[in-house]
Amino acid sequence: MGENVDTTQAPRKIGPPQLRISRLFESKQLGWIALAIALLVPFVIATPYALNVMTTAAIFVLLASGLNIVVGYCGLLDLGYIAFMAVGTYTAGIIAKSFELPLIFTIPAVLVMTILAGLIIGAPTLRLRSDYLAIVTLGFGEITRITANNLTITGGPSGIFGIPGLLKIGDFDLQQPAVFYYVTVLVVAGFVLAAARLGKSRLGRAWRFVREDEDAAEAMGIHTYHVKLLAYIFGAIWGGFGGILFAAHLSAVSPQSFIFLQSALVLMAVVLGGMGNMRGVVIGALVISLLPEFLRDLAAYRYLAFGLLLVVVMVFRPQGFWPARGYEPERMQAPAAPAAAAGEKGANR
Amino acid sequence: MTAILEVKDLQIAFGGVRAVDGLTFSAQEKEIIAVIGPNGAGKTSAFNCITGFYKPTSGSVVLNGRNITGKRPADIAAAGVSRTFQNLRLFPDLTVLDNVRAGMHLYGGQNWADAIFHTPRFKRSETAYTEEAHHWLDFVGYEGARGVPIRNLSYGRQKQVEIARALARKAGLLLLDEPAAGLNYSEKQQLLGLCRRIRDLGTAIVLIAHDMGLVMELSERIVVMNFGREIAEGTPAEVKANPAVIEAYLGKDDEEVQTNGDA
Repeated sequence: MGENVDTTQAPRKIGPPQLRISRLFESKQLGWIALAIALLVPFVIATPYALNVMTTAAIFVLLASGLNIVVGYCGLLDLGYIAFMAVGTYTAGIIAKSFELPLIFTIPAVLVMTILAGLIIGAPTLRLRSDYLAIVTLGFGEITRITANNLTITGGPSGIFGIPGLLKIGDFDLQQPAVFYYVTVLVVAGFVLAAARLGKSRLGRAWRFVREDEDAAEAMGIHTYHVKLLAYIFGAIWGGFGGILFAAHLSAVSPQSFIFLQSALVLMAVVLGGMGNMRGVVIGALVISLLPEFLRDLAAYRYLAFGLLLVVVMVFRPQGFWPARGYEPERMQAPAAPAAAAGEKGANR
Repeated sequence: MTAILEVKDLQIAFGGVRAVDGLTFSAQEKEIIAVIGPNGAGKTSAFNCITGFYKPTSGSVVLNGRNITGKRPADIAAAGVSRTFQNLRLFPDLTVLDNVRAGMHLYGGQNWADAIFHTPRFKRSETAYTEEAHHWLDFVGYEGARGVPIRNLSYGRQKQVEIARALARKAGLLLLDEPAAGLNYSEKQQLLGLCRRIRDLGTAIVLIAHDMGLVMELSERIVVMNFGREIAEGTPAEVKANPAVIEAYLGKDDEEVQTNGDA
């Protein structure tokens, strides 16, 4: 009997917090609420400036959710993530401009190119761990930018201008700022949902096993090499789609958009939000992309204040705003017999 | 009875040190074999060679007639070998259930597209994974919370979960590296019963242990190692009477009475 008492009390002692607010945060509807808010914001404020900022923020959320697959789920520290976005943006921009195609038709090409990029960076580096991997990915990011800076096809330092819009049918143009904002939010929401769902699947668990203990994962029959490569490829695809939206949003692209600071900012969004938890990462990305806009009044001191705030947050919440919590519901229906008897039943099965 | 595992003349050297030097043994279906020996005898190195974590310098490991020598650990696991580790190698930040689900990775049943679109196939397979995880936790007699990170649990419970994870792999051969280490008397008795129930599933068990009482009671055959070499093999009674074993464990000049006392 003593052990049965232990069984019922254990979850209460070390189980998930029972506060009402955290139950709200864990609720399944939260994603829909967030999407509704994102869709309603233009009714409150719809100045061209606000729409521009919000669209940029949405694209940034997409990037952060992609990097969360690589860093948060799989634990591969990638300091050159923006390179995947660069590959996506340039592929989309070059094809759309030279064939006068709406950007939407460049999706297959972008998919192919980003997967290739994921394989090229992934395959040779996956035997490396932590610090070494970070250095190589940092190099990959810089190589991509410098290559774009020096090739003729990418337009050199001045980049590519006049990239066609996403899609235009008759009078209906997806490029109108408000329309484009909605398109972006919906696309980004889809990708964030997909990334969150991937995280809760067999593949997502395999990523976490690799992050926690590579050898133990191998011993369970998980091909760590294969699984890590998949993390890179998914991360690259998310980055590539971010690139298409980016190209459509600015209708121009230059190597200056893909400096190391951008990779660092995306990584910061993931760390600040809470590695491995998609909800946290979305919030982290929104903070990183919107906070500098709210601090505009500080003029020259803007980034000083931004940096200080980040330091303060990391001091008080080193695990991020909303870290991944390793809790899940206990057994769905309580077994009819006490736990000990259930154990016997299982044994005899 | 057919041999599940045949290890022949297994050798591994690290520089000049021959950690395992000519180990030969086999395991039959439904058999419990203990590998014993003093610290540093090469028991864990032998396990690591069998499961692919070390590449043997020479010799062969044959599983169900298939040569698996020097393959990747994941391939060997897929071929039908499951193991636990000497120092727990669980996934500390993940839940108990997730840890057990790790053993089920090879069941498949869903791919990434199923996961993204939450197809019925995905839901079915997730339900099956969860039920199966509960089943194996019940099987090992685990009675704690199951939805909490494993880092918070006691050592004994973590050991149970590691065995549940290895069992979920449903391999024909289970390698347990010191399953009894750090367990108290009643936990050891539970382990004894558990090993027998695992054997009744049709699984062969090879285990490393230091507790002679447990080894003598549980195993059908014992392989004794010292300095990388196999110094004896046989039934518990044979091994107990073997002068080379007595020498390895107790030094020369000791009386047999003491081995009896140890057992």
